[in-house]
Amino acid sequence: MIGNILLLSLREIQRNVLRSILTTLGIVIGVAAVIVVVTLGAGTKAQVQTEISKLGSTMLTVFPGQRRHGGASQVAPPFEMEDVTALRRETSMLSSVAPMSIQRQVVVYGNGNRRAQVVGTDRDFVNVRNWDLAAGRMFSPSEEQSGKSVCIIGETVRKELFKDEAYLGNVLRIGRASCEVIGLLEPKGQVMFSGDQDDVVVVPIKYYQRRIAGNTNIDQIYVAALDDTLVDAAQSEVEMIMRERRPSQPGAEDMFSVRGVQEMSRAFQSSTAVMTGFLSAIAAISLLVGGIGIMNIMLVSVTERTREIGIRMAIGAREKEVLLQFLVEAAMLAGFGGLVGIALGLGGALALAPLLNVPFIVQPDMMVMAFIFSAAVGVIFGYMPARRAARLDPIEALRHE
Amino acid sequence: MSDLSTKVYAGPVVAFDHVAKVYGEGDTAVRALDDVSFEIHAGEFIAVMGASGSGKSTTMNILGCLDTPTSGQYLFKGVDVKTLTRDQRALLRRHYLGFVFQGFNLLSRTTALENLELPLIYRRISKSERRDMAMDALHAVGLQNREHHTAAELSGGQQQRVAIARAMVTKPSLLLADEPTGNLDTARSLEIMELLTALNQEQGLTIVLVTHENEVAAFARRRLEFRDGNIVHESRSEAA
Repeated sequence: MIGNILLLSLREIQRNVLRSILTTLGIVIGVAAVIVVVTLGAGTKAQVQTEISKLGSTMLTVFPGQRRHGGASQVAPPFEMEDVTALRRETSMLSSVAPMSIQRQVVVYGNGNRRAQVVGTDRDFVNVRNWDLAAGRMFSPSEEQSGKSVCIIGETVRKELFKDEAYLGNVLRIGRASCEVIGLLEPKGQVMFSGDQDDVVVVPIKYYQRRIAGNTNIDQIYVAALDDTLVDAAQSEVEMIMRERRPSQPGAEDMFSVRGVQEMSRAFQSSTAVMTGFLSAIAAISLLVGGIGIMNIMLVSVTERTREIGIRMAIGAREKEVLLQFLVEAAMLAGFGGLVGIALGLGGALALAPLLNVPFIVQPDMMVMAFIFSAAVGVIFGYMPARRAARLDPIEALRHE
Repeated sequence: MSDLSTKVYAGPVVAFDHVAKVYGEGDTAVRALDDVSFEIHAGEFIAVMGASGSGKSTTMNILGCLDTPTSGQYLFKGVDVKTLTRDQRALLRRHYLGFVFQGFNLLSRTTALENLELPLIYRRISKSERRDMAMDALHAVGLQNREHHTAAELSGGQQQRVAIARAMVTKPSLLLADEPTGNLDTARSLEIMELLTALNQEQGLTIVLVTHENEVAAFARRRLEFRDGNIVHESRSEAA
């Protein structure tokens, strides 16, 4: 019987092609929008994952105290240079260790100025971050030792402050201090959760402590494991070394924490969960609007086809057959709209992905979901009109003009 | 419905037994049928005649199981239709009744063949058998080359032929024709009445014809004349 009902419904939809298309437009647009956003979202997520691994899958960051989710940190004494040298001395699984102190500061050259990340570190910074120089040279050991006023700039700082001018050998002002530019880092580009990585000025840690921070603190320590199979072992080793250096009460938390890029991607994932919530809300609203459109047209259709319903009843259609026919019609319209929406959405995402510089990633489960949801919307919003059709009095319906 | 199809039934196809039909209640009540009794046997060709308001449309609706009597009994093959549910009456129409209306009532933008298939689809007849039966019926009404024409592409007379074909394609026990010539000119009316007469005589189709025109009623072999909800005259003529 359902085969026959499908046949009858399909014939009815074919008879009204233009109206069928207009009816489903709401669902088409809603589903297409959702598919575009979801597909591009998946692409962005994948790209962020690659970028996180670009940050260095072997990299670990050591923080003083415990980093609580949401940012509140336990009060713990900052690291000192001695912690860095101890790690360098005692490790067997780390390829490099670099001190890291960071502050946003106004940097000035000529008439231009901008707030950039000023990083105090040493030559191991480029090893830990796996970051090459595009021009110039790294700090020499003696420059590090003496805390000489030299700096290496990122691509954004070069572009914004020096424009087309020569930068090597010129003097940059950082707050009240100044330094000579000796190198340029290769462009790294944007990373979604830490902003423009190229908006940076790198100075020797001693210089940073003396002229910028005014103390001997080290904010974080970056370490890199020898290779990515050793990350977990390296983390245990770092924890052992650090526990010795900064003992805590028995049973209490460590006075430091070690985080890898995995934790960073986890933080990113929690922010995408919020995004997904928003998207679901948009999808729900657009499907609701599309559903109301279908209900509206089905009600018009029932009124218009009152006589036809009368004929069907005279011929012997039962209530449930009339009901089912209109329900199936609504579900077919909505399901068809869903399919068109999926196709349009995929096309749109395919066109937009290169513009946004994200990979095009098809998500079959989302497509199946979108289709099921749109068909369900047809059934839910088609029920009331279908019931109205099924309850018609055949005599009245046949008399209807 | 199984009791209708399995029982060998020899009585009248339909019987009105003191049927009355009242619309509305109290002061505004209208007595459309007062006290009507008659029987129709298989193979008969009957005309129900009368002016508008005489009760012939109500008789038609009750015969077609679209309506039920207020009092009295309407027996369809011995079954009291009033005891049936709405859906059971729909099934009764599906399996035993054919309708022809004044306004043709074909599905517009639907081909002749698809219109004929509709009652067969509800009867769940297989696709190939459906096509054969529909083509046979189109042949019987002389429209064998028009199967892919939509209703709008056919003349009034042709549309009514398709409607007759749709009513008889299921080989019903009773074909109800409500003013089948009402929208047609004299020549077309004559053709339709000759077609109905032929179906009655050659295929033994039981036909009830509702009309207010004497010339149309003259084709039937038995005529029931209604006035004010009662049968006031009955006449018979031998087959032509």
